[in-house]
Amino acid sequence: MTDKKERDEFSGVETTGHEWDGLKELNNPAPRWWLWVFFVTVIWAVGYWFVYPAWPTISGHTKGSLNWTQYKKLSEEQSEILARRGEFSEKIKISSLQEIKNDSELYAFALAGGKTMFKENCAACHGTGAQGGPGYPNLNDDDWLWGGDIATIYKTIQHGIRSGHPGARDSQMPAFSGVLKPQEIIAVTEHVLSLSNLAESSAEGEEIFKQNCASCHGNNGTGGREFGAPNLADAIWVYGSDKKSIVAQINNPKHGVMPAWVDRLPDETIKQLSIYIHSLGGGETSAENQQ
Amino acid sequence: MDKNIQLFKKQEKIYPRRVWGRYRKIKWMSMVILLGIYYLAPWLRWDRGEHAPDQAILIDMSGRRAYFFNIEIWPQEVYYITGILILAAVGLFFVTSLFGRVWCGYACPQTVWTDLFVWVERIVQGDRNARKKLDESPLSLNKIYKKGLTHLIWIIIGLFTGGAWVFYFNDAPTLFDQIVHFDIPLTVGGWIIALTFSTYLMAGYAREQVCTYMCPYARFQSAMFDKNTLIIAYDEKRGEPRGHHKAGESWEGRGHCIDCDSCVLVCPMGIDIRKGLQMDCIACGLCVDACNNVMDKIGLPRGLIRYDTESKQPFNALRPRTFWYGGIISLVGILMLYSLLTRSPLEMNIIHDRNPLFVVLSNSEIRNGYNLHILNKSRTDRYYTIGIEGLENANLRIQANNEIQNDSLHVFADSLGNFRVFVTAPKQQEIRKEIRFIIKANDDSEIKESKETIFVSGSK
Repeated sequence: MTDKKERDEFSGVETTGHEWDGLKELNNPAPRWWLWVFFVTVIWAVGYWFVYPAWPTISGHTKGSLNWTQYKKLSEEQSEILARRGEFSEKIKISSLQEIKNDSELYAFALAGGKTMFKENCAACHGTGAQGGPGYPNLNDDDWLWGGDIATIYKTIQHGIRSGHPGARDSQMPAFSGVLKPQEIIAVTEHVLSLSNLAESSAEGEEIFKQNCASCHGNNGTGGREFGAPNLADAIWVYGSDKKSIVAQINNPKHGVMPAWVDRLPDETIKQLSIYIHSLGGGETSAENQQ
Repeated sequence: MDKNIQLFKKQEKIYPRRVWGRYRKIKWMSMVILLGIYYLAPWLRWDRGEHAPDQAILIDMSGRRAYFFNIEIWPQEVYYITGILILAAVGLFFVTSLFGRVWCGYACPQTVWTDLFVWVERIVQGDRNARKKLDESPLSLNKIYKKGLTHLIWIIIGLFTGGAWVFYFNDAPTLFDQIVHFDIPLTVGGWIIALTFSTYLMAGYAREQVCTYMCPYARFQSAMFDKNTLIIAYDEKRGEPRGHHKAGESWEGRGHCIDCDSCVLVCPMGIDIRKGLQMDCIACGLCVDACNNVMDKIGLPRGLIRYDTESKQPFNALRPRTFWYGGIISLVGILMLYSLLTRSPLEMNIIHDRNPLFVVLSNSEIRNGYNLHILNKSRTDRYYTIGIEGLENANLRIQANNEIQNDSLHVFADSLGNFRVFVTAPKQQEIRKEIRFIIKANDDSEIKESKETIFVSGSK
């Protein structure tokens, strides 16, 4: 520490005492315009204290003259969005699914809304792309346990599957572990695999299938939608296509449960979801379903 | 120790004197032409048919289009602006290497508006001496009136400057009507105020300071100079030794410069050209005019100060440097022209779904989903046909609320069409197979476009 400030020889300005290779830094005052801007911002900040919430107090904080809060702003903006959406939501509420499909603007709104609501409510099980997973059906494909036309999808979402709701789709595959012998289960498993050319069938397996399985899954294993019985002759397997998974499913079947949404989501949301799921690529027209 | 050393030079107010002559005339003409273009260009009309703006030059921000006569640019074609900027930069280099800083002297907005503001000063307050006197005089009604009027006119010019700018971004007659009724969008008002203020500040106060301290072009233009570049030059051999001269005296043993300071008094940059080429010189040639007038009066040949080359050789435009610059300008110009002339009225984008990448169908075929954008850049509603290449036994369909056939994808004029496309095919050998989508306009076989994408079949 030097007790006397050094002055620069040429400008007469005090130096800071910092030196780099013989160059010394002048201790010039801050430019006046800069100082003024600084003072103005200080005054501005004090103004803020009075207008906006600022200082913590024992019971909370100072409210400010505008009484502004982020929550208020959020709810204002949200109600604005809801009001803008309301027009469409109202239309969807009073329109039939077919009417929504016929109105391109309404359809586009339903698709966009359905996509968002799907991610919020359905993606946990069916995946964000509706691609499903073991035990959870893929909604993009053309294989539907209960039917894939838009009205059927709507009904499935409303009431769910084995959800306990009175309107729910319900069916039960019996457990065959005590009914059939292990060898018989192996034989019928091979028959099931043979339906998609994944194994050699045997006369025994075919016989067991006809007696025990055909009543729901059909003689050719093509399934039945009235019971939600899966088509066993196609390339899509909810619980896996390997021998072990099929044996396990015959021994002690798993039964997927889907909740009923009719009491959880407003009707216009379920309509939007139906339209979105139907658009994913596997959607059937009603005529196909009636066949 | 001198306590009065200044670390920054204070602005010394310059009072350029009025001058007549050839270069002053060019400067007036270029001011009238350039300001005329600036103020009038947005009012030019150009018929583009229905549902399209009929303004010849328009940058439509909200509509996301830029129009220039028969050219219409979409946002993704912003590279044309890059081309224009390259042309402008190399064009500046080219002109500078030939004629020196004539851009600065005649065409730069800073020069043009400063010239206009100085003209206002002169009309209201009088020429150099009157202005200087007025500044030095104590406050009086006359001073307030003259100064006030000057500033008022400056602000009005500024308002018109900002006011003209916004017409390039809006339909001019509509906006004019809005401005007259004080019913303008906030952005328009903001721009008018900002440009009014900046015009007033730059042309009224900052003036030559902009050229000397702020403008980067002013500095790096000297890099384009060589010994054959035209610069404003004082003929030292002929002029020196200078001195006052009385009529009838002999010119023997002395220079032709009579030290009348005319060249200094008219200079808008406040420099003395007799000290040689300086960084501040904007090559406006007003000192040439002033000196020539004096030479005429005293009966000596003109050209003591003149546009000349440093080498004092006759001006030669054919130099390697000018060939290079000319070559670059031609190349970029031809490339831009080619791309504009061959610009397709159709563009497409195809985006393969990421989730799910592919879907297995019940008959074990594979389906992939795509989002297709068709950009119809023409002025007619069109139908397009879609097809794919590189995938055998493929089935293609458009997913929509109503049936859309593969040969009737409808896109409105000057619009973007979004389509959801599903392609179904047997499982492929390749995990990701490269395929190609092709779009053709139904009414014009010349209009087609294709894009490569993938078909994912998953692992084996």
